[in-house]
Amino acid sequence: MENFYNLVPLIVIIPAIGLLINLFAGKYLGEKGVGIVAVGASTGAFLVSVLLWIALVDTGFEAAVVNMPLLDGWIRIPSAGVEIPWQFRVDTLSVTMMLVVTGVGTLIHLYAVGYMHGDERFPRFFVYMNLFLVFMLTLVSGNNFLMMFVGWEGVGLCSYLLIGFWFDKPGGEGWRNSDAARKAFIVNRVGDFGLVLGVLITFWTFGTLDYYRPHEEPLHVAAHGAEESAPVFAPDVPEAEAVEHAPSGPLGVFNQAHLWLEEGGHRVDFGLFSMSFEATLTVITLLFLLGATGKSAQIPLFVWLPDAMAGPTPVSALIHAATMVTAGVYMMVRSNVFFHASDTTSFVVTLIGATTALMAGFIAMGQWDIKKVLAYSTVSQLGFMVAAVGVGAYAAAMFHLVTHAFFKALLFLGSGSVIHGVEHGHHHVAHAHGDEHHAEPFDPQDIRNMGGLRHRMPVTYWTYLIGMLALAGVIPFAGFWSKDEILLDTLKLGTEQGRLDGYVGFVLLLVAAVFTAFYMTRQVALVFWGAPRTEAAAHASESSPTMTVPLVILAVLSVIGGFMNIPDGFPVLGSLFGVHELTSWLEHSVVYAHAGSFNFLLATAAVLLALAAIYAGRLVYNDRVLRTLRLDPLEADPRTSRAFALANAKLYWDEFYFKYIVYPFRDAAHWLADRLDWAFWHDFVHNEVIYGTFQRATRVLTEPVDRGLIDRAFNAIGEAIRAAAARLRTIQTGYVRTYALSVLFGALLVMFIILLPVIRELLGM
Amino acid sequence: MEDISLVTVVFMLPLVGVLPLLFVRSLSEHTMKWLTLTVSLVTFGLSLLLLYNFDTRVAGLQMVQKWDWISSDSFTIRYYVGVDGISIWLVLLTTFIMPISILASFEPIKDRVRLYYIFMLLMEWAMIGVFVAQDLFLFYVFWEVTLIPMYFLIGIWGSEDRIYAAIKFFLYTMAGSLLMLLAILWLGNEAGTFSLPEIFAKLNSGELSFSPSTERWLFLAFAIAFAIKVPMWPLHSWLPDAHVQAPTAGSVILAGVLLKMGTYGFVRFNLPLFPEASETFAPYIALLAVIGIIYGAWVSYGQDNVKKLVAYSSISHLGFVMLGIFALNSSGIQGGILQMVNHGISTGGLFLMVGMLYERRHTKMMNAFGGIWRAMPLFSGLSLVIVLSSMGLPGLNGFVGEFTILLGSAGSQVLSLWFTVAAAVGIILAAVYMLYMFNTVYMGELDKEENKRLPDLNWQELWSLIPIVIMVFAIGLQAGFFFNYMDSSVRDLVQYLGDTITAAAGR
Repeated sequence: MENFYNLVPLIVIIPAIGLLINLFAGKYLGEKGVGIVAVGASTGAFLVSVLLWIALVDTGFEAAVVNMPLLDGWIRIPSAGVEIPWQFRVDTLSVTMMLVVTGVGTLIHLYAVGYMHGDERFPRFFVYMNLFLVFMLTLVSGNNFLMMFVGWEGVGLCSYLLIGFWFDKPGGEGWRNSDAARKAFIVNRVGDFGLVLGVLITFWTFGTLDYYRPHEEPLHVAAHGAEESAPVFAPDVPEAEAVEHAPSGPLGVFNQAHLWLEEGGHRVDFGLFSMSFEATLTVITLLFLLGATGKSAQIPLFVWLPDAMAGPTPVSALIHAATMVTAGVYMMVRSNVFFHASDTTSFVVTLIGATTALMAGFIAMGQWDIKKVLAYSTVSQLGFMVAAVGVGAYAAAMFHLVTHAFFKALLFLGSGSVIHGVEHGHHHVAHAHGDEHHAEPFDPQDIRNMGGLRHRMPVTYWTYLIGMLALAGVIPFAGFWSKDEILLDTLKLGTEQGRLDGYVGFVLLLVAAVFTAFYMTRQVALVFWGAPRTEAAAHASESSPTMTVPLVILAVLSVIGGFMNIPDGFPVLGSLFGVHELTSWLEHSVVYAHAGSFNFLLATAAVLLALAAIYAGRLVYNDRVLRTLRLDPLEADPRTSRAFALANAKLYWDEFYFKYIVYPFRDAAHWLADRLDWAFWHDFVHNEVIYGTFQRATRVLTEPVDRGLIDRAFNAIGEAIRAAAARLRTIQTGYVRTYALSVLFGALLVMFIILLPVIRELLGM
Repeated sequence: MEDISLVTVVFMLPLVGVLPLLFVRSLSEHTMKWLTLTVSLVTFGLSLLLLYNFDTRVAGLQMVQKWDWISSDSFTIRYYVGVDGISIWLVLLTTFIMPISILASFEPIKDRVRLYYIFMLLMEWAMIGVFVAQDLFLFYVFWEVTLIPMYFLIGIWGSEDRIYAAIKFFLYTMAGSLLMLLAILWLGNEAGTFSLPEIFAKLNSGELSFSPSTERWLFLAFAIAFAIKVPMWPLHSWLPDAHVQAPTAGSVILAGVLLKMGTYGFVRFNLPLFPEASETFAPYIALLAVIGIIYGAWVSYGQDNVKKLVAYSSISHLGFVMLGIFALNSSGIQGGILQMVNHGISTGGLFLMVGMLYERRHTKMMNAFGGIWRAMPLFSGLSLVIVLSSMGLPGLNGFVGEFTILLGSAGSQVLSLWFTVAAAVGIILAAVYMLYMFNTVYMGELDKEENKRLPDLNWQELWSLIPIVIMVFAIGLQAGFFFNYMDSSVRDLVQYLGDTITAAAGR
């Protein structure tokens, strides 16, 4: 089954084929054909991931490096020592990501076939979706930082294209969608700036960008605390080859870093750069962190994600919740050797993650758009993952990434189903009342326009409820297990190592968890409970099976997903599903993955807090309030109205950026373009000063010198030329202006002179 | 009579193609177009043969042809041509861009067709001449000859202010090259030859040497001519005029090839002839380059005219090239050379796009468009690829060049890391102005009546964009193939730079 490893390029190639078919033949295939191709491509990639999983289990989790066929040299400059190949890495971390991306991806593709039904650009939507899979899988399966970066920016491109998918909607919406798409790309580029610089420094520090060389296994800190001193090579590599590999050529970046850290006192010198190795790692990881704050929507670069909800809902589920936005977390977990080494960076990461979790949770409480609530919720949950990376709980971060992919995809797809249903109801009503009703602005995403949908859309309701409980962290749903592990690890960083960021992070995350339960209750109450508040909601209808089947599957995953990593010491379930399954699987590729423990007190407290928040939410959003919702109860209550207004205004982040960055930058651009470069440099300096002076100087020279003496002589020559030109004109029948012709003849003359030696040689002279 | 080198054949073929256009009076417009296209395609085909015959292990010149032209007791001027790893891709870039520009001229050029195609072929001939000439004097002649066809392309077939732009282009670049001419004459006189390889040999053996101050003056004399051509900030004032006024094919050639003559000149002459001065001036040139990267990008974002936006973006992109070259290490220089090719391809493509928009709407103002994607899906899809290539999306060609350049500048022995940091800001800004353009023109609502029935690409337009898109992917996915051809020559150059600089330090 080791041969399965060689299938890994297919994981990129299959979706690529799918997108090419739909790109060129999509319009002839019809919706059904396009759907089959796209879902088929996604399923194919999923099957490859499963085969890779089997291969890993079968070979004892031995990682493999596989080259891309046909494309043998990407950036290869021998004289500069640069060798960056297209190379895949199959290890437990990358296969985890592949399974999540293709598994959840396939369900969302299937759902989208129903959701996008009737869209005029149906084929193109699936071209982009498959393109997204290509890039996302490149991102997670590459064996070097640059290949990851290809995927990294590539998914950003897909995000741009899909957010702006409805760029031509009338009434200003198209322009807003386009702007949201552009905002996403540019904000991400700010993060990419950091990532690129980090990658550059990484290259010069290690002389390579490979994570690990072929046949090189991650160096582990042994369980007893004693570290193994030599690189561990895959068992199937012959001794001789292993020896040959060990000293010759550089190691991959992570093992090299490991060895240098162990040695201590290593310095990094390249170009004019000189720093201790530890400080260099801090610089690199801080730059990586900047990249992660862009892609994974953390403070200060999270502002693009809420706007990204302009894209079709399956896109929000796949890209802006389950997979792409977790790329930053994946990248940091992949680089855990670097991050683990820098306390400074870890401190910053923890605080950024925890603060983001809290802040986004707060904003989510004041939103009216069903997708915006989920978007801020995603930002908040990504904050949990980032904070987990900060406290060194890499396995917990990945665990939460996986469970979050299940329940957040579920919630987004559920919201899409709701929007669909309400829109349907709206059309129904409009039809019944005649068309004048239709013209009225109606926002099918505003939760104020909903209510009581549990009766109209039962499947959506029950699955949504499961997603909500999972997100709120109620036992035994998936979110409970992963969130609990992060909370405990954060707290332990404080209690066991006395680190401030542990305590601070823990408090922030705990409050964020309470917020989570509260805003989700608010949302479920406003959407599903009570009675319908609009005609549209009263006439909403359940979505088709292509949409509800993925919901049910994701709901099942959101219930059982947490059992893949039951903590040590948990009664009954541990013996049923095994303990730390995910962590011990990840340990083979994530050096500093460590198993989380279980603390009964904390778990109980967290669950009780979540339940209390849900109960509080139910009290605030009771049936009486829901019946005639004009203001949010929090808005109406003078004690909370200011906080609600702040949350509703998204804490003025956008206003801040526009006022202090976007507008000044734009105004400066116009000033530079119109004033400095054109009025001053082009018109004044060049035309006035240089050219004008030249002209004045010539005039001075002309008057006395030229007129008297030279003029007469040149007039004679001029006459002669004019006469000659007149003759030439007659020859050329006036097609060509004289001056053009004369210069042409001049050029021919020059040519002739230049060609003399050639002609001479040719003639043998 | 010795064998004629393939380089001479590729070089002279466009000139041969001029002959029927000049002398056969009965040619129809149709025949003239196709004849010119055929000539340029055959030239391209032969230049591929050049690639095929190229030995990547050899650092020096290949397929050399050497004939005496003017010789006296004190000096010799030769017809001396050949290619090495530094020039081979630029020759190919020229022969690649020309058929595209010619095809793209089929529709728009309606008057003085004969003269137009004569100038196109002369242009190609002169540009190849610049890249293959190995004799300083020969180089200078072609350097100036390129001005003439371009002067007329702008001056006759350009827009409203074409005469002003053509004269400015001519005078600006001409003024810059005068100092270079003096330096060339001085050098030739000192060395007793104008042949570059011979001059290098004399420099190496110590037979010819300059005092540090002479070397610096010579460096500057060459540098100013090249810097104007690039153009480096702040000598860029001719560029927006020339680009905005030039016909589409003129802009494509200007951005695609002509600007590269400047950057090429730095690699071909300044670095190997004046290594110590190169090291001395490297931080200053890099500073101008980085200012150009940011300034060009920023000013691009402030434009309303799409052609001007693309023109200013060239300043930014060529700033990257200059930064790479003056990192004075292998990855910087190779990245710089590759980026010359990349810029030729992607910016050439951008100007083609602008031309296609202009042909349809007769305006270059971006706010006249919006939602074009809906009206012209094929065109917009191809445009997107080119825009992304210009923005440096990884996996496409622009990224490989920029990344390699940044790699070089980060590891450079002469530049501080801050240059790299500042240049990387240019990557953010590239997305800012490019997406501003793409959003304003292609995305958004199709809300202007006159845009609603725009026809999508015709076959000439389609086939002028397809080769560009193919190259965007080819270089982006398989850059190793392209670096392979440069590696030996650049390795040699860098080694030489390092050796002389170390020797000078020891002196």
